[in-house]
Amino acid sequence: MAQITLENVTKTFGAVTAVDRVSLTIAEGELVALLGPSGCGKTTTLRLIAGLEIPDSGRIFIGDREVTRLPPRERDVAMVFQDYALYPHMNLMDNIGYPLKVRGVPREELRQRVQEVARRLQIGDLLDRRPSQISGGQQQRASVARAVVHEAQAFLFDEPLSNLDAKLRLEARAFLKHLQHTEGVTAAYVTHDQAEAMALADRIVVMNHGKIMQIGTPLDVYRNPQNTFVAAFIGNPPMNLLPCHLDMAQGVLVVAANQAPLDLGLLRERIRVALKDGDSLTLGVRPENITLGAEPGPAAIPGKIYVTQPLGGETLVNVEVGDQLVSVRIFTEELPPLPEQVWLTLDLARTFLYGPDGERIV
Amino acid sequence: MEQQRGVFSSRVGLAFLTPALFFVVVFLLFPFVWIFYLSFTNQTLTGASALSPSFVGLENYARLFDFDRWARAGEFGSALWITIQFVLGSALLGQAVVGLTIAWAFYRRKGLLREIVFTLAVLAWIIPDVVVAFAWSAFLDYEQGTLNAILGALGLGRPDWLFRYPLISIILFNTWRGSAFSILLFSSALETIPPSYVETADVVGASAWQKFRDILFPLLRGHILTDLILITLWTFNVFTPYLLTGGGPTFKTEVVSIYIYRTAFKFFEFGKGGAIAVVVMLINLTLAMGYLAMLRRQKASA
Amino acid sequence: MNRYESPLARVGIVLFTMLAASFFALPLLWLATAPFDARVNLTVHIPAELTLDNFRAVFQNSFAVRALLVNNLIIAGGAMLTVATVATLASYGLSRTRIPGRDILVYVLILFSSVVGGTAAMVPLFLLAYHLGLVDTHIGVILVMSGGLLPSAIFIMRDFVDTIPRSYEEAALVFGASPLHIFRDIAFPLVRPGVAVVAIWAFVNAWGAFLIPVVLLRSPHNMPASVALYSFYSEAGTPVHTLVAAYAFLYTIPVLVLYLIVNWRFGFRFFGGIKR
Ligand SMILES: Nc1ncnc2c1ncn2[C@@H]1O[C@H](COP(=O)(O)OP(=O)(O)OP(=O)(O)O)[C@@H](O)[C@H]1O
Ligand SMILES: [Mg+2]
Repeated sequence: MAQITLENVTKTFGAVTAVDRVSLTIAEGELVALLGPSGCGKTTTLRLIAGLEIPDSGRIFIGDREVTRLPPRERDVAMVFQDYALYPHMNLMDNIGYPLKVRGVPREELRQRVQEVARRLQIGDLLDRRPSQISGGQQQRASVARAVVHEAQAFLFDEPLSNLDAKLRLEARAFLKHLQHTEGVTAAYVTHDQAEAMALADRIVVMNHGKIMQIGTPLDVYRNPQNTFVAAFIGNPPMNLLPCHLDMAQGVLVVAANQAPLDLGLLRERIRVALKDGDSLTLGVRPENITLGAEPGPAAIPGKIYVTQPLGGETLVNVEVGDQLVSVRIFTEELPPLPEQVWLTLDLARTFLYGPDGERIV
Repeated sequence: MEQQRGVFSSRVGLAFLTPALFFVVVFLLFPFVWIFYLSFTNQTLTGASALSPSFVGLENYARLFDFDRWARAGEFGSALWITIQFVLGSALLGQAVVGLTIAWAFYRRKGLLREIVFTLAVLAWIIPDVVVAFAWSAFLDYEQGTLNAILGALGLGRPDWLFRYPLISIILFNTWRGSAFSILLFSSALETIPPSYVETADVVGASAWQKFRDILFPLLRGHILTDLILITLWTFNVFTPYLLTGGGPTFKTEVVSIYIYRTAFKFFEFGKGGAIAVVVMLINLTLAMGYLAMLRRQKASA
Repeated sequence: MNRYESPLARVGIVLFTMLAASFFALPLLWLATAPFDARVNLTVHIPAELTLDNFRAVFQNSFAVRALLVNNLIIAGGAMLTVATVATLASYGLSRTRIPGRDILVYVLILFSSVVGGTAAMVPLFLLAYHLGLVDTHIGVILVMSGGLLPSAIFIMRDFVDTIPRSYEEAALVFGASPLHIFRDIAFPLVRPGVAVVAIWAFVNAWGAFLIPVVLLRSPHNMPASVALYSFYSEAGTPVHTLVAAYAFLYTIPVLVLYLIVNWRFGFRFFGGIKR
């Protein structure tokens, strides 16, 4: 296994910049998830590493070797495709063995290696079946087996679980994580499912419009979103983002939605940049860091209950603040009765403030 | 629109394409260019002008467009006029209308009736030219032909088709021969129209004709144009009537493709044959361009 | 589920079917009965006396037999192999390489082949064959025919090639396969149905062709069945129609069989304009 390095890589398709100056290192034995909305350039990044696309500028290394312009077959990576790309006219033995066959591995050794890998992945007794004769989960394993058998320097996964139903997906996720730990593979893993990224990855790369928005461990990305994009993207339901502006004279933030003043309190000390009167900022607070009450307070803004959604162990309350909906998560099975007009108290220690450019300033 | 990814480099792609390029260049582009050259020479098969044809300028064209003679039977103008009638009758009125009618009649209908009609139409389309021409010459036979046997039994008279109505005969023949293409094209186009479109109209009680006029026809317009482009060009160039009538009697069914054949391969006047071919190809090209322009306008407005 | 249909519409469609079916069937019916008829007659009827003598007589004519069993097989087989091979390679190359405007290209090619096709193109093609010494050879006929059939064949083939997911080949590329490997191991096995359809289509077209062989071939012993059949009913005084019908019948059988095969194996889908 080897590490993968991208240095300032850019790829455009006509007018679209699919990957924009991306720099990233995936350490040996590390699984890095590429996460982001549809069209943000995840797949293109992966294809650049595989050699299925050639970058316009920048450099790519696998191990110590620069591979920027090498064809795929000289890069020694293995890839698992979203549709598995199992060949319908070959049985699993031939499918899984295909990477070995094109490398000229003798038939007998090929059989042994395929059997060994297939046993490890628990599809050992399906080898004489064709892809159409096995289940979706088994197909997924077979496509992983085909990547494993090849003993490549790195693994590339492009949404490998998105064609499975919810239950199978959880199983396959656990299986992949186990496999990654036991085999210690270097992997880039594309997904648009944040739960999957959180569960699997050592580090997460959040992308938008071809750019990297943040790199960090799953917890870090969740706890410390560096900009409004990551803040809004990670978490379910996502973080509440309230546009507001600074009133220096009063020393308060005025929430744009309903002009309610909010005492900055301890937040003021934590602001890392110089701000001036009237700057428009964004306040970010997760649904679980808001409490609802009948009484006003210094860190409270007024709102009106819109709807409550009981979810079993917790309740999600949507509150109208001006023309904006704020979600509040309350960890209780039965919600105490609330007045229609409520006060939302923010936990200022867990509240974020983003500057006019969307970058975090607290 | 996402641009399709290439799997291979252009060099590899070119390697796959090379054999096809050879055929296209040698058997399509080259004849196209050569025929222009030929049409300005007096090339023949035998005699002095076979080995060293000389340049004759526009003489071949002048002979074609000699307006004193050109409308006479067996001359270019007459052949052109016959071709126009033949194309209008058998491609536009014939195949396209028959195709549309049959496809529409069996729209949203599966089963035996549809199978029977479609299979018979396809058979008429795929059986070799010479065989169908022979079958039709028996079918239209004055004394014993099946058509006259039926018409006679119905008391509708027994004309000598190939002698009295030769042009109508080949128009009927070509309609019969080629309708399957339009039937298949239109019915596969109709299949792509979501049933809900028509069902919405069903619910408000539209008549079959209203549904055709207001829903199906507008959606089919592009397909109709495509169909017309292709069948017009094919009919313009079709040689099969020759197998039924030989161009006769007295050149009454001599469409331009037969006229070229007679000029070039009966009299071996390649230069003149080339000139006719050039004129025909230019007409074809104009037709194709005209249709394409209409298709583009239709797509732009849709 | 069946839609509701008024009885009137039901009767209407049955009548319409009868009309359309007779239009297409009547001209052909005679051909199905005449070869088995002991008495010469041009009207459709059930033969009073069935016989196979007509076929026996056909097989005694060595010119007819050679045209059908030797010349036609060479020409149609040759055109089939050439067209299927070249069209498969070309449509695969077209589909898998980034060539600007290639969709337009194929359309232009089809239109162009319709514009240049037919008798108009026969003049230069004849001279070309003449100068290459290919007049009166089967090779010449095969090459000229293949050139004419190729654009449509590529068009049909693309329907098949385009259904193969690119990820199949990309996976193979990543695993280290060369373009030739990929074509042989993955693309070709998957487009085999398309190859079969194009091959049959080319065979049927070449089998029925008349104009190209009649222009390019000279000697009777090279002529295919189409030319033989034509000369039987057009030239030789008063033809014995039942004999000619028997020959036409034999000549048509392979076409029918191939049609049935395509219909059974693939369903006679509409392959973007099968047959021209
Ligand atoms: N071959 C191509 N030609 C043109 N544009 C392309 C091509 N491939 C990708 N793009 C564009 O580049 C951008 C990034 O695409 P990419 O496939 O990398 O997105 P993604 O993050 O994988 O999205 P998804 O979650 O939908 O798979 C998109 O705007 C896409 O339309
Ligand atoms: Mg993607």
